Amino acid sequence: MTIDYAEEVLKGSPRAVARVITWLENDDERAKACMEKLYPHTGNSYVVGITGAPGAGKSSLTDKLTHHFRSNGLTVGIVAVDPTSPFTGGAILGDRVRMSELTNDPGVFIRSMATRGFLGGLSQATGNVVKVMQASGKDIILIETVGVGQDEVEVMRIADTTCLILVPGLGDVIQSMKAGVMEIADIYAINKSDLPGAHQLCAEVTNRLSQDSYFKKKAWTPPIIQTVATEDIGISELLDSITSHRNHQVETGSLLEKRRERTRQETLQMIHYELFRIIKKHLSENGRMDKMIEAILSNKENPYSLMEQIVSECIRLPGKS
Amino acid sequence: MAEKKIKIIVAKPGLDGHDRGAKLLSRIFAEAGMEVVYTGLRQTPEMIAETALQEDADVVGLSSLSGVHNYFFPMVVKTLKGKGLDDVLIVGGGIIPKEDIPDLKKAGIAEIFGPGTKTDEIVDFIKKNVRS
Repeated sequence: MTIDYAEEVLKGSPRAVARVITWLENDDERAKACMEKLYPHTGNSYVVGITGAPGAGKSSLTDKLTHHFRSNGLTVGIVAVDPTSPFTGGAILGDRVRMSELTNDPGVFIRSMATRGFLGGLSQATGNVVKVMQASGKDIILIETVGVGQDEVEVMRIADTTCLILVPGLGDVIQSMKAGVMEIADIYAINKSDLPGAHQLCAEVTNRLSQDSYFKKKAWTPPIIQTVATEDIGISELLDSITSHRNHQVETGSLLEKRRERTRQETLQMIHYELFRIIKKHLSENGRMDKMIEAILSNKENPYSLMEQIVSECIRLPGKS
Repeated sequence: MAEKKIKIIVAKPGLDGHDRGAKLLSRIFAEAGMEVVYTGLRQTPEMIAETALQEDADVVGLSSLSGVHNYFFPMVVKTLKGKGLDDVLIVGGGIIPKEDIPDLKKAGIAEIFGPGTKTDEIVDFIKKNVRS
């Protein structure tokens, strides 16, 4: 008897959830049929992104937040992403170390993932993995990104609320002035706030929020929460902020708008990805790709005209010759 | 379909607090192109099996230096099987007397690697015996 994995996921079977996630990671063709069935059951849970520098305390905060969500009676899915080595393709996925106590809680499902070369702080499959966890009935999905630098902002495209975890001691006021990851937060958490420099960092972020017109014109002013994850300090305040941000977005309709935009981007990306896959496969037949590369390298062809030629070969839009 | 990666859980069952070896092996497995989930110390068989289930692991590597292998390793096998994970390759290592190895193998541990084992040997064994 073959197992209907989509059906099992909908029943909440962790084994089925785990297997479908593997298919998604491996781009296995079985994933698509499954996702078609699961899709109508997604979108019911709330997605929270946790991002910040390596060692900022993302895993510890995710662990503590999950305990708080659980004591409020909510089930939680966690996607924890760690980097893949560009040299060996391997990865150390170490986020579970901080979440040991959650392992045996049937209301929690944790999946570690490697980026596998995807940029932006997540892996290619993260968006779909979130959907599988949603379909399995989890109330809250937490996405923990890789340790980010300044420009990895993908998580804000998937999460309903993005929390940026900052820690004191990583630079002066110039760092908090910069573009990129500093701007994507709906909530700032200053973790390890028992360390020297926490108050100054808090003041710097407060200044930026009150002075930049980008933040001033937004209806939501990101709160700044001081936390010490290992001591469970500030976690309930962080949770309250997530709830306030969720309520704010529901009341103003911005959650719906965010999800509309997300669906648009996801759909476009899926089309993009599928077209790319088809054309790549088409080109790899008969070694045509290799011949093209040789022709380009020996100056017989240029990639720009080849690109046009191949696209017009593969795609015919109605009304266009 | 993208290239399939081997996913391995490296776990320390019981109260054993020595994880230098487990951490080193984690890095060696990653260097060999595997995706390594390190669980941290003081794991119960239930925690290890549940981690393997959620991560859809191909391999579970157990490390023990405190003499509890005869109790914990077979327990992990049993718990994994109890969750229906019967195609997961289970290997062990650490300070394990030679005379204990046959019984551990009988209990379902595919191989035991003691101190001094060449790391290539461990990687090769996993690559050869992992489920396809």
